[in-house]
Amino acid sequence: MNYLATLSPLYAEIFLLVMACTILIVDLFFTNPSKTPTYLLVQITLFGCAFLTVFTYQPGVVYLFNNMFVDDLMSDVLKLLSYLGMSMVLVYSRTYLMVRGLFTGEFMVLLLFTLLGMMVMISASHFLTLYMGLELLSLSLYAMVALQRDSAASTEAAMKYFILGALASGLLLYGISMLYGATGTLELNAVSDAITQGAADKNLLVFGLVFVVTGLAFKLGVVPFHMWVPDVYHGAPTAVTMLIGSAPKLAVFAFVMRILVEGLQPLLVHWSGMLVILAVLSMALGNIVAIAQTNLKRMLAYSTIAHMGFLLLGILSGGLEGYGSAMFYAVVYVLMSLGSFGMIMLLSREGFEADTLNDFKGLNQRSPWLALMMMLLMFSMAGVPPTVGFYAKFSVLQAAVSAGYVSLAVIAVLFSLIGAFYYLRIVKLMYFDAPETHAPISIQPDSGLLISINGLALLVLGMLPGTLMSICAVAVQRSLLLP
Amino acid sequence: MIFGFPLLSVAIWLPILFGLLIMATGGDRNAPLARILALLGATLGFVVTIPLYTGFDKTTSLMQFVELHDWITRYNIHYHLGVDGISVLFILLNSFFTPLVVIAGWKVIEKRVAQYMAAFLIMSGLINGVFASLDAVLFYVFWEAMLIPMFIIIGVWGGTNRVYAAVKFFLYTLLGSLLMLIALLYLYNQSGGSFAILDYHKLPIPLTAQILIFIAFFMAFAVKVPMFPVHTWLPDAHVEAPTGGSVVLAAIMLKVGAYGFIRFSMPIAPDASQQLSGVMIALSLIAVVYIALVALVQTDMKKLVAYSSVSHMGFVTLGLFMFNAYGVEGALLQMISHGFISGALFVCIGVMYDRMHTRNIADYGGVANKMPVFAAFFVLFAMANVGLPGTSGFVGEFMVIMGAVKVNFWYAFLAASTLIFGAAYTLWMVKRVIFGAVANQHVAHLTDMNAREIFVCTVLAAAVLAMGLYPLPFSEIMHVSVSDLLVHVARSKL
Repeated sequence: MNYLATLSPLYAEIFLLVMACTILIVDLFFTNPSKTPTYLLVQITLFGCAFLTVFTYQPGVVYLFNNMFVDDLMSDVLKLLSYLGMSMVLVYSRTYLMVRGLFTGEFMVLLLFTLLGMMVMISASHFLTLYMGLELLSLSLYAMVALQRDSAASTEAAMKYFILGALASGLLLYGISMLYGATGTLELNAVSDAITQGAADKNLLVFGLVFVVTGLAFKLGVVPFHMWVPDVYHGAPTAVTMLIGSAPKLAVFAFVMRILVEGLQPLLVHWSGMLVILAVLSMALGNIVAIAQTNLKRMLAYSTIAHMGFLLLGILSGGLEGYGSAMFYAVVYVLMSLGSFGMIMLLSREGFEADTLNDFKGLNQRSPWLALMMMLLMFSMAGVPPTVGFYAKFSVLQAAVSAGYVSLAVIAVLFSLIGAFYYLRIVKLMYFDAPETHAPISIQPDSGLLISINGLALLVLGMLPGTLMSICAVAVQRSLLLP
Repeated sequence: MIFGFPLLSVAIWLPILFGLLIMATGGDRNAPLARILALLGATLGFVVTIPLYTGFDKTTSLMQFVELHDWITRYNIHYHLGVDGISVLFILLNSFFTPLVVIAGWKVIEKRVAQYMAAFLIMSGLINGVFASLDAVLFYVFWEAMLIPMFIIIGVWGGTNRVYAAVKFFLYTLLGSLLMLIALLYLYNQSGGSFAILDYHKLPIPLTAQILIFIAFFMAFAVKVPMFPVHTWLPDAHVEAPTGGSVVLAAIMLKVGAYGFIRFSMPIAPDASQQLSGVMIALSLIAVVYIALVALVQTDMKKLVAYSSVSHMGFVTLGLFMFNAYGVEGALLQMISHGFISGALFVCIGVMYDRMHTRNIADYGGVANKMPVFAAFFVLFAMANVGLPGTSGFVGEFMVIMGAVKVNFWYAFLAASTLIFGAAYTLWMVKRVIFGAVANQHVAHLTDMNAREIFVCTVLAAAVLAMGLYPLPFSEIMHVSVSDLLVHVARSKL
């Protein structure tokens, strides 16, 4: 068999790497500050990746490179959604970055490397590949946070992100090394088999598990390992905040699934208990502290923490219901997060950031359509039907109740009630208050169209959520070979 | 379904589509078109519900006009609509009120007309959806979705303290709803994966679970009714809402809570309902007596009518938990009658507010001298609120008291006290506002109702009198369904 043909599940990654390096060089020849050719090249690259992923689709689970790399339906679906997310980030942030002089070739190349890191994480079936993907993702993000070199807040955020990220990576590596010591392998499936056979030292395993879960919690940004989230979200340029807060969550979801569910499933009783604590604390702290925020980016940061708690609730409920609902939640969350940060960038203009709550006052009078879209986004975040955010919460709660965690479900809904308050406050500011400024809102046609599609998608998916739910469930089922 | 025509779907989606159309066509810049489209949509919405009544089979308690389609197959959720003799009445009531609300807000609303009209039409469709849903998730979606337009209506077109009232309204209701969601998920798992409400009616459930389910449903429905002690959002919401908002809140939205008790709590958890009926009766009687006394001391007309609503809704919950035909049918008639009367009273207060821009009773006096037509209507509706025989208010209250006598004399005695307290607070308000000498310069300059206002009041007055004099068309349609409900509630599910 032709060696190149056996690499077909990897074509998208190879293509992306080649294109990223090419764009890095080619970009030097496009001196126009609008960077339109580079921008188009990046979009074409993303489209090409999507084409390759669909084109090289193979049913079943395919392993490559001595079981270091896996291609299954879950990875395909998550990758396709990541391309979409990245493409949306670019469209939303183009004008915003351009007026700030940050729409450079480096930004776009770093974005592609972030995506590559995500893809490696999504498809990893070996601790080393997982770690490699994570570092590629993180290093690109550190650099992007610091992109605005003359901004003290950005630099501080990047510093914080880097130090805490490095600490988390260290903890994760330490945990992995213990797992390696106990099982003698780094392959996720082999680790799982070794634990099941009972040959591994239980104490060492659990000790390692604690460090691994801590590392994961850092990357997810759940309480009590959340300290970096608000500062980084706040300090980074909004385009980068959007990038951090959107598509990478899909990769982190895959990361958690690969490690905890594929690799450490036999230790379920141990890690599910840890996740319960993390989930409850995140939902509590995220929702309560978000109320006190006056900066929308910070508020969304705390909202992310709460949403990640909900996501963990799905994962710890286990089974097809739990994992399928968690994946659905992650996908829906990415869609909502893209829209919310997109709205901030739409309302920003040269020398002005529309990132405080007061900037949304009276939006209904300035632009009824944008206000309607933002209202859909906020109600979706709060989980109010008929938006899709409701079904995300619904499926996670259903998983929790069917797994017997009724009291956890009650706690979750009570905290989401508290959460509803600060989302409602945005609606209140937009509809009930008078605007503070009457500055005209200039909307580029591309991002204006995208925010409309994004907002309406929440409504349409809320009316017909069945397909997306089934895709997530089937993807998880096929990948984990669940009944 | 008549001639294969999905009537219920049309009743739900037609107003919603008109609402979207209003927002799409010109928006607020084109207010006259928005008004005409709204009236057209609301009237059509009412017309399509008439066949629900004329084509209704009164001899069966089975669901009629059923529509069943797959919706979310992964969780076995269906788009399942249908009505029985209980829910059909509320769909009619709701669709009947929508054109009136549109007319009542015709000239009064000047700010963002299109959004106002669209919000009411969309809400009307969503409320029809609540009453027509036979699938728990579909019900929940409509139930929550109808909060959004109401939140906007109170917050945008309301009075000075509107933001507080709107947020309080939303969060109060959301708290109850979320607990209900958990109960529904529990039932889904217990029933082996079904969200059909009618399946839950047959599902055996142990007592502890029944009680917890009952409490979860109670949190959702009692807030909506509203029952004492979770009624505090209602006076705030009523006072701050624009006239149309108050009308829909009082006439329709409160009924959704009581309907929930009938559709969910009582048949799904019959043993818990019996066990906890003492609590429910106590809370109802507190509402009837204590809230009536609270109404007595109000200085704001809207607040007075709001508290009167809470007191009257106490009758409804009292009747339901008597578990006999008089009580339940009386409660249902009381719900419909209260819809007409409280709606009419809010319209009347709106008429005065539009002229005087105050709701304080003390700012009025001798209105009858300047607005004789208005005074006639107002006194009629006030009398109906008191429960004067010959008006709709009498029928329901009388039947509930009859039902209560069968259970316990003292329940009936306390409930009947409202006839005195109700008369006291309503007539005292009428005396201070309508009668006497002209109180001040502002009252002296009042002009009587215009044709638009007279039309709305005439329609409502006709409804109040028709129901009071000849309630049979209302009671015969619900009779079989109520008997069936009582059979369900009497049968233990342990």
